[in-house]
This record gives sequence, C-alpha cells and structure tokens, in this order.
Amino acid sequence: MASDRSGAAVEPAVAGEAPATVARVRPSPWPEVPRPVRVARIVIGVVLAVAALYAPLYFEPDVNRLLSQAIYIAIAAMGLNLLTGFNGQVSIGHGAFFGVGAFTSAILIVDHGWTFEATIPVSAALTGVLGLLVGIPALRVRGLYLALVTLGLAVLFPRITQKYVDGTGGVPLLRPSRREFASLIEGLDDDQWAYYLCLAIMALLFVLAWNLVRGRVGRAMIAVRDQELAATTVGVNLAATKVGTFAVSAAYAGVAGSLSVMVDKLADGTNPILYFQRSIEFLVAMVIGGTATILGPAVGALVLVLLRRNTQDLIEGKEILAPALFGAALIVIVFVLPEGLVGGVRRLLLRLGQRTSARGRAPTAP
Amino acid sequence: MQLFLSQVINGVGNGVVFATVALALVLIFRTTRVLNFAQGEMALFSAYISWKLTTFDLPVWVAIGISMAIAFVAGAVIERTLIRPMEGHSPLNVVIITLGLFLGLNALVQLIFGTDPQSMPSPFPKGSVSFIADTRVQKVTIGLMVVLLVECAALWLLLNRTTLGLKLRAVASNPDSARLHGIRAGSMLMFGWAISAAIGALAGSLVASERAALDASLMQVVLVYALAAAALGGFDSIWGAVVSGLVVGVADALTIQYVDALDGIEVVLPLGLILVVLVVMPNGLFGKRTVERV
Repeated sequence: MASDRSGAAVEPAVAGEAPATVARVRPSPWPEVPRPVRVARIVIGVVLAVAALYAPLYFEPDVNRLLSQAIYIAIAAMGLNLLTGFNGQVSIGHGAFFGVGAFTSAILIVDHGWTFEATIPVSAALTGVLGLLVGIPALRVRGLYLALVTLGLAVLFPRITQKYVDGTGGVPLLRPSRREFASLIEGLDDDQWAYYLCLAIMALLFVLAWNLVRGRVGRAMIAVRDQELAATTVGVNLAATKVGTFAVSAAYAGVAGSLSVMVDKLADGTNPILYFQRSIEFLVAMVIGGTATILGPAVGALVLVLLRRNTQDLIEGKEILAPALFGAALIVIVFVLPEGLVGGVRRLLLRLGQRTSARGRAPTAP
Repeated sequence: MQLFLSQVINGVGNGVVFATVALALVLIFRTTRVLNFAQGEMALFSAYISWKLTTFDLPVWVAIGISMAIAFVAGAVIERTLIRPMEGHSPLNVVIITLGLFLGLNALVQLIFGTDPQSMPSPFPKGSVSFIADTRVQKVTIGLMVVLLVECAALWLLLNRTTLGLKLRAVASNPDSARLHGIRAGSMLMFGWAISAAIGALAGSLVASERAALDASLMQVVLVYALAAAALGGFDSIWGAVVSGLVVGVADALTIQYVDALDGIEVVLPLGLILVVLVVMPNGLFGKRTVERV
C-alpha cells in the first residue's frame, strides 16, 4: 500500500538528455532532441561555462565563498539526483554522508597531518562503502519508508560525532587552519583557488553523471524507477542497480562534504539538526533546479544559496524570520515551476519551437 | 526489579506521547497517502495556541478544544491551498512543500510566541498512585493513556464503521475509482488533513503539558520517535501505531537505563528498530500485505 504513491509515480524517461548522435547508430531510446533545445543547450552551456570561469576573478572573496558553497551543494544534490531523480529512491539522509565526508577530511587534516587534496578520494571511498551498506537494507524498503530510514541517518549523525569526535574543548567541532587550504597556483588567491578546485571537481562529477545516465547503467536506473517489476523481467539486475546507485550517490555527497571543509574551514557536529537541514538543502536544490536533469542540481544550488543569503539580508535584526521566508520561497517555487527551473525552461523551449511536442513532454502520472 | 518496573512505567509515559503523534501521522497517511514532515511543527503551533489561551485564564481542556478546532480548519486550508495543487505532479513536490511548512512554521512560532521556554499547565491532576511492587504511576501517564485509548477508539470507529470513514479509505486507496463511485475525493482529502491536524493539536498540547518546557524544538525529537512508532506499526494501522508507540517508549527507557554503550546516542534505538522492522517485515508489525502488479 505504501508504495502506491511512489510506485505509481511513473514518469517516462526524461526527454532530451541524450545527444541526437546516438540515433545514427540505432533507434535511440530517447526522444529526439528538438532543434531549439539543442541550440539553447549550446548557448546556455557556453554562457554558463564562461560565467563560471570568470566569476571568481570578478567578485569579492565572500561572494566567491558563497559560490563555492553553491558548488558543493550542487555536487551533493547531483548525487541525490542520481539516486532520487534517476533511480527513484528518496533519501533524506544525504546530509549524513555529507557529514561523514566533512569529518573524514577534517580529521585526516587536523589529527593526521594529511594535505587536503589527498583526503578527497578517501572521503569518496568511505562514503561510497557506507552508501553500499545503507543501500542493502534499502532494497527492502521503498518510497516514504526509505525516506524515513534515511531521515534517521541524518538525525543520528551529529549525535555520533558528539560521542566520538573530540574537538577543541570536547565539542565535535574541527577547524583546520587556513594554511591547509592555501592556493597551489601562483597568482590565485586562496578563495579563488578553492572556487576553481570545487568547480573542476564539480565539472568532473557532472560529466561522469551525465555519461552514467545516458548509458546502459542509466537506462537500467530509470527502468527501475519507472517500473521495477517490469525492469527485472527484462533482465535488469535490480539489487545491483539500486545498491550501486546508492553507493555512487553517497560518494558524491561525501566529496561535497570534503569540499565544504575547504570552503567553510570547519566540520561541525554541534548542531543536532544541522545535517538534517543539509539533507533538506540537497533535496531542495534538486527539486527547484529540476529533478532528473543534469544541470538542475547546479542551478538549484545557486538559487538556494542566493535565496538564503538574501532572505537573511532582507530582515536585519529578525534572523528568526529567515527560515520562514526560505520555507515560503520553497513553496512558491514548487508552485510556479513544479518541474523545476531546468524543467520549466525546457518546456518553454519545446513549446516555442516544437510542433511534435507530445513526444517530448512528460504526461502527468495517473 | 523495582528499578526495572519503574523504568518500564517511565517508558510507557513517553510511549503514550509518541503514540499520540504517531496516530496523527498514521491518520494522514491512511487518508491521503502523504507523509507529512510538518506534522510535528503543526502540532507545535497548536500547542502554542493552547498555551496562549490558557494564559487568558481559560480552562486547559477548553483551550485544547479551541486549539483543535483551529487546527482542524487550518489543516483543511493547508490541504486545499498547498497540497491539492500538487496533484498529478511528482510526490517529491509534496515532500518539499511539507518541508517548507516545517521550516516556516517553526520560524513563525518563534516569531509570534517568542523564543523563551514557556510552561503549559497540565490538564491532568498532579501526583501519582501506587502500583505493584512499591512503584508509583504518575496520574498524568494514566490520563494520557485514557485520552489515547478514547482517541483510538473514536478514530477506529470513524474509519471502519461509518460511511464517511469508508469514503476516506476509498479515496486513499484509489482516488480515481473513488471519484467514479461519486465520492468527492477532494473533500475527503481535505477532511483527512483537517482531522489529522486536529489530532496533532491534541498530541502537541499534551506533549507540551507533559514536558517541563514548551519551546520550538519540542516536537523534533518526538517526531523521530513517532515516525519510528508509525513505521513499526506499519503506517496503516491505528492500533499498530499505539502499540508500537508504547514499545518504542519502553525500549527507549530500558536502553537509557541498562545499555551504557548507547549513552548519548539513544536515538539509535528507534532508528535501529525502524530498520530491523522494515527489513524483516516491510509492512510493519500490523500492516497489511499488498500485491504488486506491473
């Protein structure tokens, strides 16, 4: 019964993720990408790339820090997007994986004298294994129940750090010194270096994700999301697909956690609901950007960071109100753009230049 | 032995609280198939309304009654204005909306009622009565228990013995078929939200009166335990939620007393329980099995 909603949320494969070139070899499983979308994609891609590369040279360090935060949130949101958007497994526990990544880096740097860059693969591997371990019991639960189990992870994580991590003064708060994150390239300031490193890693991980979802593995993930039983009957290995996606997704969140140590210069376990809030952030970034799209998490993360910052500035002296405005903004965005920003733009483009629009558009679930 | 017994009684006291919140979660899930993450904060808001009313020298029960009525209307309004427009979109959107409500309501509570902890008067008599083997039971616990049982019986009767309940369940299990049978699905969903908001208001007010202080973080831990109880009970079963609430409460009290290794991370227990139950019995202890079709 529980799976009614989640199970019935059958949306066809999201249109237009694959390049049209695939069609030459054999009939593409994807709808053909209409021309305006293709053109818009190239234009938007170039503009975004130039803007992303030029931004840190133009802005002040505190803005760069904000943008770097958007990048690590985008990476975690992309991880969540692989799991939730493409594979249909809802997780509210990615904050915990993020936290594990952050503390792995912070502990290795502070207690063991590692260089920061070397801790990233360790975080990825560790959170990947952790994701594997969580993914196995997650095979038995779906939809809202899975959301519950993962919610537990996010609530549990700060308490574990409180028990086992000993920072200064017995508080689970680790602050690696600034020198650990000094720029490795002449002529770049520390904040610019942090930004470019984050951006490079994000680009790498996004291309990876893009390739993943376009290929055989991606089709299996989507098939499992849309019709689990039907997918197994055509030979998709259900367990491997789900657990594998969970592991990859967790590793993304772990890398994001590592990067957050560089950007924020701390790993914090003092706030009992911080990592739950992180989970929400990732979910929000994914949904307002556009679920099951490639650019969505990045766009969503940027909007999220700007929104949060502006709601905080808007009402000086009344910081309490910030989450209220933030919550309200969320609701408004979901209302106005139920498919997220990227989904909305895509729909607009389709409508502009497409007569055969019925093929590309997702019908609503019954 | 006496220590054990008194810990069990302690646990039952907490368990009753978890059960009342779990009940609201189960109710909304049974009638609308939505897991409402804002349930705790809606209950918190209602608890504050009850508290505010008691400061105007209203009797506690009257205050709780008014607050339940307000919550009933508010629940219906939330369904109609925020949840209904999401029909036909991804269920994730509803999750985002309830999360937005969660953040918004929590902040609103602090804004409207202030951040100082308040104390809510209890609707139950103070003191305790003696129980077997020199242990004593708080009258509050007994009171909560009675309220819970009445609540359960009323809900069970409503859902299983009235036409309205039948309609509610029909809409929950298949809105389209229900519509074809002439049931106004929209009204039913609205009613489901309304009634579970009212139950939540009762739960929130009782939790507030049972705890020493009423502040904005009141419901967050309770919600985790209530979710555990709801999952344990199978989300579908009213009696399941109650029994599981008690089980979670007692297990929690005993862990705190006897398992030193979990000192400070007792919350592992409800989570572990959720996990074990879901893995061994995905439908919970009291849930019904379902057949899946492609």
